[in-house]
Order: sequence, then C-alpha cells, then structure tokens
Amino acid sequence: MTEKLLEGTKDPAPDSGYPQPPRRMGFFTDTSVCIGCKACEVACKEWNLIPDDGFSLLGMSYDNTGMLGADTWRHVAFIEQDRPLGRQNNAVALMPTGPSASAPNALMVAAGLGEEHGARLGTETGAIQLEPNTDGKPRQPVSADGRTELRWLMASDVCKHCTHAACLDVCPTGSLFRTEFGTVVVQEDICNGCGYCVPACPYGVIDQRKDDGRVWKCTLCYDRMSDGQEPACAKACPTESIQYGPLDELRERAAHRVARLHDAGVADARLYGADPDDGVGGTGAFFLLLDKPEVYGFPPDPVVTTRDLPAMWRHTLFAAVAVAATALAAFAGARR
Amino acid sequence: MSAAQETGSEVRRDGLHHVAPGREALIGSRGGRRPSRGGEVVPPAEFRSYYGRAVIKPPVWKAHNIAGYLFLGGVAGGAALLAAGADLTGRPGMRRAARLISASATGLSLSVLTRDLGRPERAVHMLRVVKPTSPMSIGTWLLGGFSPLVAVAALGEMSAALPRRAADLVGLLARPSGLAATAVAPAITTYTGALIANTAVPVWHESHRELPYLFGASALAAAGGLVTATTPAREAAPARLAGIVGSVAAQVFDRAIHRRLGMVAEPLTGGRPGRLLRASRWCARAGTALLAASAMRHSRALDVAGGLALAAESALTKFGYFHAGTASAADPKYTVLPQRERAEAAQ
Ligand code: SF4
Ligand code: SF4
Repeated sequence: MTEKLLEGTKDPAPDSGYPQPPRRMGFFTDTSVCIGCKACEVACKEWNLIPDDGFSLLGMSYDNTGMLGADTWRHVAFIEQDRPLGRQNNAVALMPTGPSASAPNALMVAAGLGEEHGARLGTETGAIQLEPNTDGKPRQPVSADGRTELRWLMASDVCKHCTHAACLDVCPTGSLFRTEFGTVVVQEDICNGCGYCVPACPYGVIDQRKDDGRVWKCTLCYDRMSDGQEPACAKACPTESIQYGPLDELRERAAHRVARLHDAGVADARLYGADPDDGVGGTGAFFLLLDKPEVYGFPPDPVVTTRDLPAMWRHTLFAAVAVAATALAAFAGARR
Repeated sequence: MSAAQETGSEVRRDGLHHVAPGREALIGSRGGRRPSRGGEVVPPAEFRSYYGRAVIKPPVWKAHNIAGYLFLGGVAGGAALLAAGADLTGRPGMRRAARLISASATGLSLSVLTRDLGRPERAVHMLRVVKPTSPMSIGTWLLGGFSPLVAVAALGEMSAALPRRAADLVGLLARPSGLAATAVAPAITTYTGALIANTAVPVWHESHRELPYLFGASALAAAGGLVTATTPAREAAPARLAGIVGSVAAQVFDRAIHRRLGMVAEPLTGGRPGRLLRASRWCARAGTALLAASAMRHSRALDVAGGLALAAESALTKFGYFHAGTASAADPKYTVLPQRERAEAAQ
C-alpha cells in the first residue's frame, strides 16, 4: 500500500492509470548555452496568456523577473561570478557581483521583492577568492588595466514535472493531475485555491495568483503537446538551451553533453534532476548546471514530502490513540 | 510519430545523429589560456543561494485562518471526547459545556477553513476525491463525519429552544451522536500535525514525527482548559486532569522538537514565533499551577483563570509553530544547508 500511496512510483503515466501512454516527454535545459535573451519567458507569457507580474528593477544582474510563480512559468536566472568559464579568457571591467551595489538600490529592491520571499539580498552567489601563485606572489588580475575574471551564468528555470510530484500528491481536490505524457498539470476549473500545493513543492514553483485565488504553473504546454507541437519556450529558444523531447532520449543526450564539457575543461558541469533515484524520482524537466544547484536557486537535494507520509500517518494514529487514552484516564483517575 | 520526427535528432548506440550544429557549441573551447593548476577554489564557509531568495514558496495560508484552525480543530476534538466522558459518567454540567464548546469550535473551524480558500465557493470540490496522500483530503472527510455528530449532540443541549417534535428526535440522537463523534475526535486533534508536516517547509517537515503528538497534547490542554472554565467546579475534575496532562505533554514534545531539529529549530526561538512560544510556556506554567490548586480547593475562580491560561497556551503554541514554519520557508538557509549536508554525506 505504501508504494501505491505515492503517485507515480517508477513511470508516472502508467502508474496513474494510463494503460498505453505515449513516451514520457520533458525538457532538458542546457544552461551552458543559455544567452539570457528571455525569449522563453516571453513566448511562455504569450502562448499561455499569463498576466504581467509587475515591472520592477530588481538589481539582481539582468534578472528583473525574480522567481517562478503564478505569473512566471519560465524564469531566467543571471549569476555573475569572478571566475573563468572553461578555458576562456573573458575579462570584463570590474563588474559588480552579488548584492545590489548601493544602499538605496538595495532598499528599493528589497521593497520590490517583498519580505516573505527573502528580501535580505546580497548572499554570496559564488565568487571565489584567488589563491596566491605557486611562487607565493598574490595573483594578478588577468590584464594590467585592472580587469578581472567574469563568468555569467544564465539558466532558464521551469516546473520540474517531478516523477514523485509533491504538489500532485497533496492536492485535495484532484485539480492537479498527471497527463498521459507524464507531466503535471493544474485544472483551473477544479482548483479551489486551498494553497496546499504551494508549500509542498520542494522547488517553490507553483503559486497562488492573488486576485484570482487559484494556483498556476507550467503545463509543459499540454495543449501544444497534444497536437504534437513542442512547447512555446523550447520553440522560441534560439540557442536550443531548452530542448524538448522524450525524456529517456534527453537524458542520454545530456550525458553526452556533460562528457563533452568536461573534456573542454568545464569541470563544474553537472546534471541536475536527471537521476531517477533522487528524492523526487528524477524530474521531467532537468538541467545542465555549471555550479552548485543552490547558486541558481535550486534546492541541492530535494525530497518529495510524501516520502515521509507513511511515517506521519503512523505517528498521527499513535498520537490519536494516546489522546483517547489520556481522556479515558482523566475520567478514570478523577475523583469527584 | 518517432522520436526522430518529433525532435529532428535521435540518439543511436554510437552517439547522436542529425543534431543541429548550434546545439553542440562548446563554451570556453575557443579560449587560449589553459586552466591553471592548483586548487584555486576556496570552498565558501557560508551556504550559497540565489541572491538570498527563498528556495521554496512560503505558505499562502493566512495565520488567523489556518493557525486559528489548528487551535480550533484541537478544541473541537478534545471537547467532544470530554463531552462523551461527561455524558457517560453523569456530569450534566460538564457535558453541556463540552458539547457546546465542541460544536462552536467545529463551526468556526469550517468557517475559517472555507474563508481561507482562494475560491471559497468551490469548497465542495474537496469532496471530489479521497486521497490518502493528502492529509487535507483525509481531514476534510474526518471533519465531514465529525461535524454533524457534534452538531446533533449540541442541539441536544438546546432542546428547550426547539419545537417539540425536533426536541424529541434530538433527545433520542444526542447521546449516540456524541459517542460516535469520539471515533474520529482523537484523529481530528492529531491529523493537523501531519497536515502541515506534509510540506517542504523545513520546520514543519523536519518535526513530522513529533507534531501529531504535540498537537494532540495541545488540543487536550485547550479543550480541558476551556471545559474546566465553563463547568461547575465540582464536576470539572476530569477536564482539569486532561488539561494538566495535555499541557505537560505538549511542553515535553515542544522541547523534543527543539532538541532534534538542531539548526532548523532557530526560527522557533527567534522573532515573533520565539515570543509566542515563550509566552505559551508561561501560560502553561500558570495554567497547570492554577488548575492543580483548584483540584484541591474546587474554586470556580481558579478554574476559570487556569482554564483560560491553558487555552491561551495552546493557541500560542499553534500560532508559534505556524509562524516559525513560514519564517523557515522564507529563508533559503533552512532549505539549503540541511540538504547540502545530506547531499555531501551521501557522496
Ligand atoms: S516542481 Fe513543484 S510544481 Fe512542478 S511538478 Fe514538481 S512538485 Fe509540482
Ligand atoms: S490550490 Fe488548487 S491545485 Fe493546489 S492543492 Fe489546492 S486545489 Fe489542488
């Protein structure tokens, strides 16, 4: 029973009751070729008719979108780090890294972000300190005019369409469902805005649209997929950073890509979400990253909350028995 | 449609075929400088995050609704147990008080739960499915069974205000309904622990083993307290005892959570949640002392003061845990650090 308790044990579509589903489809987002053009964000908004989510300058490099949410189903992250990219020598004049440079700027940004999403900006985004040269002298900047190293990481984030999707497991109305393609979609005519899925998602993807009450997130363009079309973001991506296809094929392609990047000297390249044995059973949308996941705002080792639900139910039952026994004992033990 | 038609490329045993050239651009491959030898990466002592932003989304629930429900649901379940006990042991004053408290707390619970929905008019959509993977779904069904039973039991106490026919019927049904409600009442007090633990919120999820016990004990404290405060002193002994035991047990589980969570317990001690939980501890001390004194002297005044203190303790605990969860979700530290440790331990 406990295996069936979790939606989608191995292969989500057949486990959700599709006898002969098509191949599981997904995204491979190769952030190493992302150029930060945000075509995916725009295409997604246009195709899915998503309302705007405010026009704010956030002071987070070129990221003025902020994060995924009810009105942002693709989000391009920008991270500036003073370290070289592979073997490239891409010196750029003292680009600011990390926090907003000036106090008024930081204040404005904090106001724009709102407190509940963590307004204390300026956490280390991963800049490294240069160690002294082997001859003991401090390392000089790359060029004599004071320029220094810079690499600019860009990554287009999206709903992960988890194999074990917490949002889907906890939804009490059945509004969230598993499609025949193995993706996870909200039925907007069912959702009653209970909000349970919002804190359940280990990636912070799904969110409530305030003036509407319901929750919204990426559908992997269910409407387009059903017609054999690729999702709008993948279609728009000019560098094929966003690749759409059958998941097993994407995983194989990604493994090739990582190997090639390692050969090219990009030792940090790694896949995120491609491992079917991770805490969410592997994700339908996975990523090639050039630094640790938390640098991009991803959780380093997400686990679907319902993995621990059998234990929670057990303790709930024991606790209920204990409550009943205490009440009984109170009557037995009380003298008039 | 084959994969090759869908995507324009395919993966064969010997590698990729028909791949668009742009797809294989290798970053950094044009650069002249070789990477220098020697470890230049100094591992950062602190955790890293994306501009300090939260990784998960904090709950959108309103504290006065959902933390309020955590408290009210406990009162409803605990008082239903006390009402049944009072009924069976011949304590009419306590039965009346407990039944009325239980039914009003249930009514208020249903109202705040509905009000917190983004689309309250769709509340009935909860009844489309029964999902053991969703404590909210199971809780809806528990409440669905519980509410009419405690409502009928409470009507039994108001038969004077009812027309004759209805009063007779209610008089017949009140006791069986009240007793039947005890089948679900204990679960009503504890499932709320699983409800909030079954999320990615660090403080809530990490304490998933203790929360059902904490909430159950806290429910007994609140129900015991409120029933004591509204019952004639000579009948109130069981309610006092339940309140005291519940309060002591709640404090024990609260400590246990603080100990086991380690660094993730920080939001429970700082800021608003810290203040709420400290106040809750003072209420617990005052309430148990007052009720213990009243157990010897049978004083109505002590009962009222002590009972209200225990109810306040329970409410403060629930609000404290609610706000601590929200705070732990808003700070990436509590999501990233434990996961990073776990990931590194696994390697
Ligand atoms: S990433 Fe979050 S919203 Fe997307 S499927 Fe997984 S749990 Fe659901
Ligand atoms: S907010 Fe909507 S989609 Fe999310 S759990 Fe509730 S009913 Fe399901």
